Amino acid sequence: MAIKDYIRERFFPHLWCPGCGHGIVMNGMLHAIEKLGMSRNEIVMVSGIGCSSRISCYVDFHTLHTIHGRALAFATGVKLGLPELNVIVPMGDGDALAIGGNHFIHAARRNIDITAIVMNNRVYGMTGGQFSPLSGYGTKATTAPYKNIDHDFDIAQLAMAAGASFVARTTAYHVKQMTDIIRKAILHEGFSVVEILTQCPTYFGRKNKLGDAAEMMEWFKDFTTPIGSKAKKENDDLIERGIFVQKEIPEYCEEYDKIIEHAMKGS
Amino acid sequence: MDKNIRFIQGNEVCVEGALYAGLDFFAGYPITPSTEIAEHLSSRLPRKGGKFIQMEDEIASMCAIIGASLTGKKVMTATSGPGFSLKQEALGYAIMTEIPCVIVNVQRGGPSTGLPTSVAQGDVMQARWGTHGDHAMIVLTASNHQDVFAITVEAFNLAETYRTPVVLLFDEVVGHMREKLVIPEPGVIPLVERLHTSVKDGVDYHPYLPREDGRLPMSDFGGVHRYNVTGLFHDMWGFPSSKPEIVQGLHRHLVDKIRNNVNQIMRYKEYYLDDAECVLISYGSSARSALHVVEQRRPRGERLGLLELQTLWPFPYQMIKDKCKHAKYVLVVEMNAGQVLRAVKRAVGDPERVFLANRVDGVFITPTDIRNILRIIMGKGA
Amino acid sequence: MAKPKLKEHRINREWCKGCGICVHFCPKSVLELDEMDKVVAARPEDCICCKLCELRCPDLAIEIITAEKE
Repeated sequence: MAIKDYIRERFFPHLWCPGCGHGIVMNGMLHAIEKLGMSRNEIVMVSGIGCSSRISCYVDFHTLHTIHGRALAFATGVKLGLPELNVIVPMGDGDALAIGGNHFIHAARRNIDITAIVMNNRVYGMTGGQFSPLSGYGTKATTAPYKNIDHDFDIAQLAMAAGASFVARTTAYHVKQMTDIIRKAILHEGFSVVEILTQCPTYFGRKNKLGDAAEMMEWFKDFTTPIGSKAKKENDDLIERGIFVQKEIPEYCEEYDKIIEHAMKGS
Repeated sequence: MDKNIRFIQGNEVCVEGALYAGLDFFAGYPITPSTEIAEHLSSRLPRKGGKFIQMEDEIASMCAIIGASLTGKKVMTATSGPGFSLKQEALGYAIMTEIPCVIVNVQRGGPSTGLPTSVAQGDVMQARWGTHGDHAMIVLTASNHQDVFAITVEAFNLAETYRTPVVLLFDEVVGHMREKLVIPEPGVIPLVERLHTSVKDGVDYHPYLPREDGRLPMSDFGGVHRYNVTGLFHDMWGFPSSKPEIVQGLHRHLVDKIRNNVNQIMRYKEYYLDDAECVLISYGSSARSALHVVEQRRPRGERLGLLELQTLWPFPYQMIKDKCKHAKYVLVVEMNAGQVLRAVKRAVGDPERVFLANRVDGVFITPTDIRNILRIIMGKGA
Repeated sequence: MAKPKLKEHRINREWCKGCGICVHFCPKSVLELDEMDKVVAARPEDCICCKLCELRCPDLAIEIITAEKE
């Protein structure tokens, strides 16, 4: 199937701003799904609230556009309800890690087979540019007019510490890597986290004088490096991208099937 | 001995009722005094191939059952006051998206942490209005184990019939007391199953277009119909819309599908109402004390009667008005500051003949408490 | 594998928002924004069919059609 067969064309052009990285992520995700040759009926996309969450309306899968921060909790119900479905959860950084932080770490801990895509643009876009937990110290936002004194954290490290069995990071610039990583994340049996640095030229870019969309993507090119690269050893400020963890550990729904088997024998 | 006779806690009765109704997915979080529901289901559900999951919090539990319901499962969660507060946003989502589910609230004393192990009935209005925005709710309750069983089955049936969340508003006394339950044979209580669409693959399916009878056939996730589910106002395909006519239409549909069916949803029991001079109106465990007073006074020739409400919302205003038509006094018996009292006053029209017997101190309301109020109102009796 | 041969740049002008990402990153400077701020293939003969514009377009507005593809 072609990429266009996976979208609901009647809703295009989409609502995202010119140059928004979320569209690139949607594009990459669709290419990954196309490469996997998946049927539209076997995919459920569950999203929360925010710019990134609007992705679910544009794709022609079973789509569940839920409430702010709780997409992974809804997705857990869908997945455990019908484990043969492929469940993909696109989230923004605020959706996934501020209001939804608890669900994020616990979905990782359970290792339930859900693909979580965190579109990290370091800002709340839908509400007009407030700082997010990923904005970082010293940045500017509509709610940090002097400067942001909140520190950010490393999503990949958090996911790993919480027990996610697949953790990766890429950017909206590195589109081929993005497609490849999302494809692997969907194939992975267990909870997979893909952090994708995306640009919000409208708010984060403008408030922090980072230039237009293309310039923000140049930043992704210049300030990221493959995991364990020589460049990283020389400059620790570089952000690593690639697959940090990919391990086989028991998946939640499969474990629950064993519980059922055991319980049925006992009764 | 009949193996269907059990001597168990009310919370376990709720579990039996839910399983009888076809429950196959439960998500919950530990909270007193509802925890036994989760405990029993963690053991019982996998034995029939169902799923139990203990989520990371109350909100997640509510969200998880909504997700599972979309895969065609009959779903339930159980909680108490603080947890019920946390679930309100997701409860509103289930209302808006018309996803069948059952939420048990075994009430304890509130507000806040309140009295975790004591009885109260203070969540009646919260069950009606807890989530934001105009909406309609179905809220059911019961006072004894046989009725808890039946009303739990009924909750699942109504959830499927009206594609809506249904709240079972029990209380700590009903949840924790033990008494006899006779579990009906399968088939004795009719069950309403998920209504699936007959629209074939490749034909345009409208998940949010009611049929002539008002029901909306569903299509499970994973099936041939791919549609959108959103908490935003949406069109008949489930896609967001802010067109005034669409917003108004959905708004009316969500409220009317329940408000127009008050008589179908209404469940109540009546005792000695025919000639009652004083009608006691009560529900849940309070109704046990109220019934005791009525049955004790009747042999003495005192014309007391009891109207026990099992459907709290939509509130049966007309039925209450009719039943209280000839009563000199109406006494509402409940364990809150007068939440059903207010609705009853509105129902009977002349509020000066409506009185309240209540307790709000975490102590179960006794027949003596009710008699003391009766003495003041009627000026007689022991 | 044969080197893909360009057939056309299929550009959806309704969807293009003129963000300029494809123009900025095109390795052969094939693309330009016109006076309406919509992308056009100004020098299609230079296109090497790397498809990075297609992959990086946030609006799904550009597609590289190669001879092999159709």
